[in-house]
Amino acid sequence: MEFITIVLSGVLIGAATYLILSKSVLRIIIGISVLSHGIHLMLLTMGQLKRGNVPILEDSVTNYTDPLPQAMILTAIVISFALTAFSLVLALRNYKVLGSDDTETMKGAQNEN
Amino acid sequence: MKSALKRAGYKQVHKQMNDVHLQFISKVAFFIILLFAFNLFFAGHYTPGGGFVGGLLTSAAIVLLLIAFDVKTLKKMLPIRFRLLIASGLFLALGVPTGLMFFGYPFFTHEFTEITLPILGEIGLHSATPFDLGVFLTVCGSTLLIIILVGGADD
Amino acid sequence: MKINFLLMMPLIIPFLFSVIMLFIGKKPKVHRVIAALSELFMIIVSIIIVVAVYQNGTLHTNVGNWPAPFGITVVYDMVAALLVLTTSILTFFVIIYSYQSIGIERETYYYYPMLLFMITGINGAFTTGDIFNMFVFFEVFLIASYVLIVIGSTKKQLREGFKYLVVNIVSSNFFVLGLGYLYSITGSLNMADIHVKLASFDGNKDVMTLVSIVFFFVFLTKAGIFPLYFWLPDSYSAPPLPILAIFGALLTKVGVYAMMRTMSLFFSFDQSFTNTIILALALITIVIGCIGALAYYDLKKVLIYNIMIAIGFIFVGITMMDLTGLIGAMYYLIHDMIIKAGLFLIIGFIIYRTGKTNAKEIHGLMSVHPVTGWMFFIAAMSLVGVPPLPGFYGKLFIVKSAFENGYYIAGIVVLLSSLVILYSIIRIFIQVFWGKPAVQSELRQIKYDKLLFSSFALIILSVVFGFTADLLYPLFEMAATSIVDPSTYADYIMEVE
Repeated sequence: MEFITIVLSGVLIGAATYLILSKSVLRIIIGISVLSHGIHLMLLTMGQLKRGNVPILEDSVTNYTDPLPQAMILTAIVISFALTAFSLVLALRNYKVLGSDDTETMKGAQNEN
Repeated sequence: MKSALKRAGYKQVHKQMNDVHLQFISKVAFFIILLFAFNLFFAGHYTPGGGFVGGLLTSAAIVLLLIAFDVKTLKKMLPIRFRLLIASGLFLALGVPTGLMFFGYPFFTHEFTEITLPILGEIGLHSATPFDLGVFLTVCGSTLLIIILVGGADD
Repeated sequence: MKINFLLMMPLIIPFLFSVIMLFIGKKPKVHRVIAALSELFMIIVSIIIVVAVYQNGTLHTNVGNWPAPFGITVVYDMVAALLVLTTSILTFFVIIYSYQSIGIERETYYYYPMLLFMITGINGAFTTGDIFNMFVFFEVFLIASYVLIVIGSTKKQLREGFKYLVVNIVSSNFFVLGLGYLYSITGSLNMADIHVKLASFDGNKDVMTLVSIVFFFVFLTKAGIFPLYFWLPDSYSAPPLPILAIFGALLTKVGVYAMMRTMSLFFSFDQSFTNTIILALALITIVIGCIGALAYYDLKKVLIYNIMIAIGFIFVGITMMDLTGLIGAMYYLIHDMIIKAGLFLIIGFIIYRTGKTNAKEIHGLMSVHPVTGWMFFIAAMSLVGVPPLPGFYGKLFIVKSAFENGYYIAGIVVLLSSLVILYSIIRIFIQVFWGKPAVQSELRQIKYDKLLFSSFALIILSVVFGFTADLLYPLFEMAATSIVDPSTYADYIMEVE
């Protein structure tokens, strides 16, 4: 099971790399969110994939799952949510001011202010 | 849509398409989603749920209204300033753990008791709830702020 | 109890004050006062913390009252305390500087709250004892910096801001990946606990090298070291001067700090291998920084490439991983934060006064602003490291350590690059201040008393730091010891177990 999720996260990260390297701003943003999904999946796999009880609450529990990777993923999801929202706003603003969503036009010139 | 209609020859296009079905259903669904969001919010801590998911669902409900109606109508329905929503949310989220420090506990110490109310029975009171409420308000406010910023770009 | 309160203050104060500013709304005049007040508090609190750490050694508090390896801890050793103190001093002066330079438009759109949010994140990243928490604080200050880099939304800011955003998001994602690897190997997130667990680690050490590569990729991107620096010059030249000053003085240094911490606590397995690679990269960074500093006449660009040279110096000191090298690195780190901010602010004054950024178009300012001219000269000398000024001590220790360890080329490169710094900065001094006298009427008529106040204050602070460097030596030795000998940092975990 772990093997499949690791391969899956590899596929996601590969797809994200392809998207981030493209020229359209929107594709880059989609690529960023796909990248974070791939990495969260990897993080989930790191805590071993198994079913178990809630730890700590009761002393008698023996077969429990590790809560820490899940807590970390939750935090990372919240952060990537905020980042995606912010980058969408920035992309929109960029589109309005620069009039294009192509990164070719975002090169900039020498010696400008 | 508007420009396409104009090109097709319609001289006068109404500012808002008249979506009776969507508007009616969203009015009903809004409260159902809101109820589920509050359920999730209070279910948090021991079971899945909490401030973040609750806040997201609440803002999803409000976004449904935004899709069915428009920004102006929404502002009339919910005369809230999102900046204050975010500020009070952050204040709650920071103020509760800081306030607890004055009683000698370290930052973010979690305190809880259980009280028995008539009818409702035993209820746990957690100091994490006001904190979670802060998260709820912040998430709700910032999501709506961003969506209205992006969605209201056309006018 | 008192310690709990004191140690949380650098996180609570900026956050609380920025929330208060959000409540108040768009009243920039009020924001100014509140922001300056909060940083004054921060300076006082961080001085108390430095004294407390000096007297008691490493201090820590457990957030949420969970004992150390399970909960999040906030740990102050001397490195963190000194960096927090320097951060608050710099931020205070940059806030004063912003009054007359950033523009009322940006102030209205929550410039000060965002600045304080960023300071919260930076203080958190310096002081946290939990590696995942460090990631969270990295994100906090990065999100604030994304807002700061595009605030005002000129064309250039938006364009460069987007590149900055993408580079940093990608590297942050790899931070999470590295965390996942580290967690699956050690089963802990507390940095001291990981250090203790790795000491008795008997698995495959190549795995740790892989993890170290992931972490180094992230931190070197933030610090702007050779193969990963391409985003730095363009992004940093986009925002207005006060923001540039705080970015140039603080943001890259957070990457340096994180690198220092993880190298000493986690990745001490294959030191001769990884440190040699990083040393080589640092030297290439110095060379490229020198080329950049010589290639431009643009005031901002010259200084931005000087940031890269300074980062290279600090990394040369760190990679030696002995006491002398680390003392040098710590001296140079603190010195560079102060003097870079001071130089950026004084160059900002020149840019605002003349309205030009190209040094070739400016001449003879000495006739109008003689004091500013000599202050700039002192700052330049301090940057280069002329003996009584603080840059000298850092370089002395770094070069000494490099020669002691047999890295002669590294020592020589550091010494030669000082000459290039001298040339690049004096060239600007001659262009801007000497030559055909400037005419008062051609300059922009602006209010500039606060601009000069902040920049002079930082330069004088740098001079004072140079003369008291001897007195402060015990502090820096303590800081360096905490990096070289991580057991002094990780001690508190032992008490728990």
